[in-house]
Amino acid sequence: MTLILFAFLALIALAGGLGVVLSRNPVHSALSLLLNFASIAVIYFLLHAQFLGVVQVIVYAGAIVVLFLFVVMLIGGNIGPYRHGSRTVTSVIAVGLAAAFLALVVWSVVQVLPMSATPVGAPDAGSVQAVGMALYTDYLVPFELASLLLLVGMLGGVVLARRYQPFAEDETQ
Amino acid sequence: MNLPHIDFSVITPELIVIATALVVMLAEFVGAHATPSPTRSHRIALIALLGLVLAALAAVAGLGRAATDIQGMLVADDLGRYLELVVLLAAALGLLLAWDYLPQFTKMHSEYYALYLLAVVGMMFMGKSTELITLFVSLEILSVALYVLTGFHRGQLAAGEAALKYFLLGAFSSAFFIYGAALLYGDTGSTHLVDIAARASGGFLTLAGLALLLVGFGFKLAVVPFHMWTPDVYQGAPTPVTAFMSVGTKAAAFVALFRVLQAAGVSYATWSLVLALLATLTMTWGNLAALRQSSLKRMLAYSSIAHAGYMLIGVTAGMQLGLSAVLFYLFAYAFMNIGAFAVVSLLERPGYHATQDATIDAARGLFARKPLLAVVMAIFLLSLAGVPPLAGFFGKLYLFNAAVQSGWIWLAIVGMINSVVSAYYYLRVTVLMFMTEADETSFLRSPLSNATGLAIAVAMVGTLLLGIFAGPWLQQLGQAALAFAGS
Repeated sequence: MTLILFAFLALIALAGGLGVVLSRNPVHSALSLLLNFASIAVIYFLLHAQFLGVVQVIVYAGAIVVLFLFVVMLIGGNIGPYRHGSRTVTSVIAVGLAAAFLALVVWSVVQVLPMSATPVGAPDAGSVQAVGMALYTDYLVPFELASLLLLVGMLGGVVLARRYQPFAEDETQ
Repeated sequence: MNLPHIDFSVITPELIVIATALVVMLAEFVGAHATPSPTRSHRIALIALLGLVLAALAAVAGLGRAATDIQGMLVADDLGRYLELVVLLAAALGLLLAWDYLPQFTKMHSEYYALYLLAVVGMMFMGKSTELITLFVSLEILSVALYVLTGFHRGQLAAGEAALKYFLLGAFSSAFFIYGAALLYGDTGSTHLVDIAARASGGFLTLAGLALLLVGFGFKLAVVPFHMWTPDVYQGAPTPVTAFMSVGTKAAAFVALFRVLQAAGVSYATWSLVLALLATLTMTWGNLAALRQSSLKRMLAYSSIAHAGYMLIGVTAGMQLGLSAVLFYLFAYAFMNIGAFAVVSLLERPGYHATQDATIDAARGLFARKPLLAVVMAIFLLSLAGVPPLAGFFGKLYLFNAAVQSGWIWLAIVGMINSVVSAYYYLRVTVLMFMTEADETSFLRSPLSNATGLAIAVAMVGTLLLGIFAGPWLQQLGQAALAFAGS
C-alpha cells in the first residue's frame, strides 16, 4: 500500500519538476513547483515526519511559491518565450549541472547502502506532539523571542508601506 | 508533563524595555484625532527614556550577584549586565539626539521609538544568549529593527538605498550565521554553547561552523572584508540611529562573540591568528579610507570600522585581559562616538527634502561661532584619536596592553601606527573648526536643541570621567571578565 502510494506521489512530483523546467510560461512553472512541493509533503507524511510535512506545505508550498508568483506578476507574467540567442550554451550548462547533482545524490545514497531499517531518533520524533512539547518547554525562550521578531516585522512593514505625509511647513519650503 | 521553571529575574531589564516599547507603540492611540506634533513626540520620547533608565537601574541592581540562567538559553552574569549598561547608555544618548531631530522629518514617532526600543531589546538579549538559536533570533530582532530605522527618512533617496543595502547584505550574512550554527549542531548534536564546548570534535565541521559564525559576526561588527555596507548605511541612516547602532550593535556582537569563542571547542591558537589578521585588515583599511572622506558621517563610519579593528585586538588577546579591555573600550566608545555624532547632527541642514549630510566644510569656523561646541567636538575627536588623558586613550592603552601581555606584540604595534594615521583625519576637522573663517558652506542648526545639548554634556562628562577614573573602572570590569573566563 505504502509502496503504491509512494510510487504514485513520486510520479506526480517528477511530473511537477518537469513542468517547472519545460513550461514556457513562468506562472505555469510556479504552479508546477507547487504540485511538486505538495506531493513531496505527502511523502514526508508517509515517512511519519509530520512536522516536516506541515512545514513543507506552509513554508514552501505556501509562502515561497506565493513569493515566486508575486515576483512573476510584478514583472509581468505574460512576458512570453525568452529570446534565446545562446539557448544551446545555457542548455548544455544546465544539463551538465543537473547531471553533476544527480551523480552527487546517487553517490551519497550508495555510500549508506545497505540501508538499515532502524529509524533515526525516537519513532515519534517528528510528530506534531513531540515538536510542540519541545517548542513550549525546552525551546520556550527562542519561541517567545520569535514573537518579538514578528512584532518588529509587522511594525517595520507598517512604517515602510505607509503613505508618507510630510509636514505642512516642509511642503512650503 | 513538566512545565519549565522560568526565573524572570534573569531578564528583568529586558522585560522593562519590552513593556516600554509596547506602551510607546500604543501611545499613538491615546487621545483620539491627536495630530502628531513635536510636543507629542517629546511625550513619547520621555516615556521611552524613562523605560531605558528603569532598565538600567535594574541592571545596576543586579551587578555583583551570582549568575543565573533560564534553561541554559539566557544567562544573567556580570558580563551581560555590563553589556546591558553599554547598550542602554547608547540608546539613551541616541534617544536624546532624536528628541528634536525626529520631528524635522517624520510624523511616525510612536513607530520610531517602538522599533528603537525593540532594537535595544534585541541587543540586550543577544549579549545574554548562551544558545545558538536564541542568539540568532535576538540578532534578527535587532537587525530587522535597524533595517527599518535606517530607511526611516523617507524623503531621502540615500536613506532608502542604505536600508535596502543593509537589508540585502544583512539577510545574506544571517544565512552565513545560521549555516554555521547548523554545522556546529551537526557536529555536537546541541545548540547550547556549554554542550558545544564539551562535545565539539575540533575537526572540519567545528572549524567550518565557527568560521561561518565569524562571518556573521564580522558583518554585524563591520569588520573588513565584511564592511562594505557600513559607509553607505551610516551615511544614509538618520544621525541618531547611526550614533546608536554604531555603538549598540558592536557591543552586543562583541559580547556574543566572546561567549561563542569561549565555547568554540577550538584551541585559542587556531582562532586567535585569524582574529589578529582580521583586526589588522580592519584597522588599516578603516583608517586609510577615512583619510579621504569629505562627509562627516562617512568619515565617522570609516572611523567606526577602524575602532571595531582596535576592539578585535582585545578579542585576540583572549578571555581575561582582552575582555575587560574591550568592555572598557565599549563604554569609552559609547561616550566619545555618540558625542561626536551629536555635534555632527547639529551641523546638518534639517528638513524633509534637504540633503542632511554634513560635509566637513560645515564645521568651518565653528570656534568663532560657538566656542564651547567647537571645544567639546575637539575633545570627542581627540578622544577618538586616543590622546591622553581622555577615555579613548586609556581604552586603547588597555587594549594594546592586553595584546602585549598575551604575546601579540606586533599586533599592538600595528594598532599604534593606526592610531597615528587616524589622528590625521580627526585633527583635520579640528583645524577646520579652529583655524578657518566661517563661510557660506559652514552651517549650524539654530536654535540649538536642549536635548542634544544634554546628550553632548553627558557624553562629555563620560569621556572625561572615564579618563580620570580609568583604573578603578577597569578593575570593576575585570572582575566581570574574571568571573566569565573562570565559568
